Amino acid sequence: MLQRFIDWRMNYVLVLAIIVFVVPLLMDNPFYFDLATQILIIAATVVGLNLLVGYAGQISLGHAGFYGMGAYFSAIATTTYNWPPLLAIVVAAAVVGLIAYVVGRPILRLKGHYLSMATLAVGFIIAIILNNESELTGGPDGMSVVPLSLFGWELSTFGLYSMFGFEIPGHIAWYLVAGVLLLVAVVVAQNIIDSPIGRALRSIHGSEIAARTVGVDTTHYKSLVFVVSAIYASVMGSVFAHFTGFITPAIAGFDYSIVLITMVVLGGMASPMGVILGAVVLKLMPQFLAGFQEYETAIFGFILMATMIFMPKGFYPTAMNALRRKLGRYSGGEA
Amino acid sequence: MFSEFLQFLFTGITIGATYALVALGFTIIYNASHVINFAQGEFLMIGGMATVSFMGMGIPMFFAIILAVLLACLVGVALQRLAIAPAKNADVVTLIIITIGASIFIRGIAQVVWGKDYHVVPPFTGNEPIRLGGAVLNSQSLWVIGIGAVLVVALIVFFTRTLIGRAILGTSMNKLAAQLVGIKTQMVLMLAFGLSALLGSVAGVTVAPITFTSYDIGILLALKGFVAAAMGGLGSGLGAVVGGLLLGIVESMTAGYISSEYKDAVAFSMILLVLFFMPRGLFGGRTVERV
Amino acid sequence: MTVMIDIKGLDKEFGGVHAIEGLEFSVEQGQVYSVIGPNGAGKTTLFNLITGFYIPTRGDITLNGESVVGMDPNRLAERGMCRTFQQMQVCMNMTALENVMLGRHLQIRANLLTSMFRLPSLLREEKACRERSEELMKFVGCGDYLDTEASAMSYGALKRLEIARALAADPKILLLDEPAAGLNGTETAELEELIRKIAQQGVTVMLVEHDMKLVMGISDRLLVINYGRKLAEGTPEEIRNNPDVIAAYLGG
Repeated sequence: MLQRFIDWRMNYVLVLAIIVFVVPLLMDNPFYFDLATQILIIAATVVGLNLLVGYAGQISLGHAGFYGMGAYFSAIATTTYNWPPLLAIVVAAAVVGLIAYVVGRPILRLKGHYLSMATLAVGFIIAIILNNESELTGGPDGMSVVPLSLFGWELSTFGLYSMFGFEIPGHIAWYLVAGVLLLVAVVVAQNIIDSPIGRALRSIHGSEIAARTVGVDTTHYKSLVFVVSAIYASVMGSVFAHFTGFITPAIAGFDYSIVLITMVVLGGMASPMGVILGAVVLKLMPQFLAGFQEYETAIFGFILMATMIFMPKGFYPTAMNALRRKLGRYSGGEA
Repeated sequence: MFSEFLQFLFTGITIGATYALVALGFTIIYNASHVINFAQGEFLMIGGMATVSFMGMGIPMFFAIILAVLLACLVGVALQRLAIAPAKNADVVTLIIITIGASIFIRGIAQVVWGKDYHVVPPFTGNEPIRLGGAVLNSQSLWVIGIGAVLVVALIVFFTRTLIGRAILGTSMNKLAAQLVGIKTQMVLMLAFGLSALLGSVAGVTVAPITFTSYDIGILLALKGFVAAAMGGLGSGLGAVVGGLLLGIVESMTAGYISSEYKDAVAFSMILLVLFFMPRGLFGGRTVERV
Repeated sequence: MTVMIDIKGLDKEFGGVHAIEGLEFSVEQGQVYSVIGPNGAGKTTLFNLITGFYIPTRGDITLNGESVVGMDPNRLAERGMCRTFQQMQVCMNMTALENVMLGRHLQIRANLLTSMFRLPSLLREEKACRERSEELMKFVGCGDYLDTEASAMSYGALKRLEIARALAADPKILLLDEPAAGLNGTETAELEELIRKIAQQGVTVMLVEHDMKLVMGISDRLLVINYGRKLAEGTPEEIRNNPDVIAAYLGG
């Protein structure tokens, strides 16, 4: 029974689901729910980015651009043009996916630092456009967004909903929706990893030469995963826009792209639990550092540097390896 | 009409000379260690801010600049010893995050020490503008261009005529072979970071009288330098200089003739276009895949 | 006999230096065809040209009558060409079995939709792919390593794994670049047996190898190159008695 659970490829999703649905029982402050919902949304985004960075081994220093595009497309379509939010999210994802395909195809031929340069440039251009087309986007001051609504049923953090005989306040309802979205994001990502497509993606990271020799069209698969991760970002960006009700171009900027890729690397590349943990840590760190006021930036930079120097594989895999060694020692086996 | 063009050209060359120095800093470190140092811009910040600080203590400008440059070199060497060297086998992405972490760290320290305000570095020699063909040329611009040119020539001499310079070049071409002939790789790497910090801080302090300076100017300058270096072809010195000047001129022309809001967008579109057609930049070498 | 590979006037220059110069030869279907020559003679360069990793400076390469010059390795794989490498190319981030399953990439029709939702058609295909891959691992003698991480395997086992992966692609022609390098006597004997079995199944085999005993034992024809040029071509018997070859090998 236990062995079957250990061998099950989705075992961690169950663990994750338990954590996601137990945590709200321990919180009562709406502020915590707001933060937790933001973490879930960003975690789902980096689960998508991890497909590109962790599994296929390609760099993107401009992914916030796609996140911002999804957010703004949804915001403008629903708020300015009165589209239903669900339609806006889907169309935004399709448009962002198409744009990612068109720019991804040529730039993914690039390698290493040239690829990071090109993705960085794409993200920058998107952020500049969002900043400057103020008639559409409200410019640097940002724009407000209508709440999410499905078939006339509106989901607002300030609402009150009855479900299964329970009264659920809006901020908890939003948390649960975001939690389900994260779980769906993780399951879909894991399915892709475990499929022949996932095998092809991992082979690009393992040995691009081997991949090409057995017939993997590496450019095609890099573009595919680039588009998939961009769609993840776009959908979660749209969701974020409807959740917060107010967005600024900062969510598309270079700094935010760095935050996203740092979550992937810090937590542990190619490990869904790792990148989720990365999102949690990076999102909570400012809360803990807030007490240090002016030293906040310096401490943040220092932690970032130190973690990457001493745990280059990220802290989740490092911790798991340590745990496995420890367990191995107790059971007398070799780790 | 022509004077306007000349004006934009001067502005472009001035800022382009700064980009070229940042790009050269990237190139030197890239050649020695294949690391893209996103903290490169912080050297420029230190150059400008420390000069202001030392002058505030009553130290004459010339010596304040020398001290500031020394400080930046120290930070550069420390960066290599403490952050890059311990992570030598890390992934490209991990190294990028480390240098970005370093850049945030340095910026954070600068914010604590020097505050969040903008500071002014006085021009080196008076405020008298120079008129040339109807365009106005800031005398400090001449300093920027002149010092940039001198540094480029000095670098060429350093890398082709001196033993240490050749050792750095040798290491960049073949680490193992360099070790076999007795070159100390660690020493070379430290030198590369120090030299790159020197270029950055000199560029930072020379351009500061024109652009002002504050604790957070580093990151955008680093990115522009990266654009310039990638445009020229990573690892190519000539590419860095040409890339920097080209970027400066295009930016200035865009700001002048099209829209100043979109000058950065044009710069980034340009690098995309270059990479679409020349995946290794304008002067990047063609490498053959070894299997 | 049908010609599998036909090479005419093949030239490759690296910065003005001729690595391959004016090579002409053809390989017939079902042959074991070996390329030998001193170190630096251009054998691996020749393989890289045939398999699409290098683009020839001049000359033509045809595969089954179709010119394939400038074609990417993955498109050559679609046409039935697969290879192994002197410096092994194994995905160390995967298990041994996954490496072989990767070899069946072109035999699988999975798309993003069937993958995302693990539809029954995908699971059926994966099961077949797994079974065939396990079979091949046993065939090359890696049966003990099915669930082993590739990074935990010995050098000799990895060399056989690379062959299993190449076979998984159902190749018509298989190019092996120094498969015996680094193997001991027993392993080399096993390898010889393996290559024989592969050839018996109708797969054309091209071989770059230093082990003369192995090469002379299994090759139908041999090509000897030196300084990128053809020195001799013929059956093992002809090569053994060729004065030029003897001079090159013994005279240094």
